[in-house]
Amino acid sequence: MKIKILGSGCPNCKVLEANAKKAVEELKIKASIGKVTDIAKIMEYGVMSTPALVVNEKVVSYGRVLSPEEIKKLLK
Amino acid sequence: MDPFYPIQIFVNWLVYSLLSLKQGSILGGAVNFFIYDSIKIFILLAVIIFAVSYIRTYLAPEKVRKILAKKFEIFGNMIASTIGIFTPFCSCSAVPLFIGFVESGVPLGVTFSYLIAAPLINEIAAVLLWGLFGWKIALLYIASGWIISVVAGFVLGRMHLEKYVEDYVYKIKIKQNLRLQKKSQKERFRDAYGEVKSIIKKVFPYVLIGIGIGAFIHGYAPENLLTEIAGKGKWWAVPIAVLIGVPLYSNAAGVIPIVSSLIEKGLPLGTALAFMMAVVALSLPEIIILRKVLKTKLLIIYVAIVTVGIIFTGYLFNWIL
Repeated sequence: MKIKILGSGCPNCKVLEANAKKAVEELKIKASIGKVTDIAKIMEYGVMSTPALVVNEKVVSYGRVLSPEEIKKLLK
Repeated sequence: MDPFYPIQIFVNWLVYSLLSLKQGSILGGAVNFFIYDSIKIFILLAVIIFAVSYIRTYLAPEKVRKILAKKFEIFGNMIASTIGIFTPFCSCSAVPLFIGFVESGVPLGVTFSYLIAAPLINEIAAVLLWGLFGWKIALLYIASGWIISVVAGFVLGRMHLEKYVEDYVYKIKIKQNLRLQKKSQKERFRDAYGEVKSIIKKVFPYVLIGIGIGAFIHGYAPENLLTEIAGKGKWWAVPIAVLIGVPLYSNAAGVIPIVSSLIEKGLPLGTALAFMMAVVALSLPEIIILRKVLKTKLLIIYVAIVTVGIIFTGYLFNWIL
């Protein structure tokens, strides 16, 4: 599973990244977590409000910092 | 009747009976002013931020750009400015917003109306004006901010400045058609509640410091302190207030309580409002961030048009009030 965090480095993006890591650890699944900080790349996903969460190249959430629990639900 | 009257009775009791400060004394007046204003403003902030954040859950930028795409000229400017009233603006969201709008075919002038209205009409500023000056002034502030955004966006659109947008902006193509998030009522309330908590936490110290300085000026600065140096007869007071306000980066929460006590000491209301709008609408970090998408020339035109609009509003208020 490929997880990406979209965001230009705002504090919220870091929180979302940490929460995503926690969710992956707790679910004990194999997943890579990457970051997309380049604004042009972020825009390609159609996202205007960051941070956004992308799973296997699909935007599953934007404009909100999800809790680890919420991310777990999305990953299952 | 003033809905805050019971709070005033409570604060009077607290200050004059419990703390036994002398009624009519300078210290008693300042302490009373500080406590009463703080309580009143925090109640107003909580209620209004909740309402605005709730409305905002219906206005995600991903949706707004769909509304604004293919809306032309003055009508588009009006819708964009109206949506801008409810949306906040932070320097980190300005660039994606701008690119997203341009990409989906929102005309440049309409995009600017939104970019001007979002920071200029700030709900925290409106709340503070309401709490400190009454709802008429708050409404006047919102209405004039709206008119500035409509007119400035319209003028910018007519100037055909597309070539002064950084070229790469036009090359960005959105590859994925984003599925808009659907939110339940429960989620909307949760989001609005979260906003109230985070905004109040953020502005809390500024409001208290602002009200504190305001209370000090209220109690200790001489009457008519500013009438002489910046009264209505001084035509240059408005542009100077705006020029001081533009580079200042402060949130409305700290500035307005101070400004309110300066008005008491003789600063004309229009001048004060213009200063506040300049502080809220234009700031250096925001200008630097917008340079990423706008070439210098367009950036200067944008700042100049907004500045002129604010100065004009200042004169207008001084003239009618």
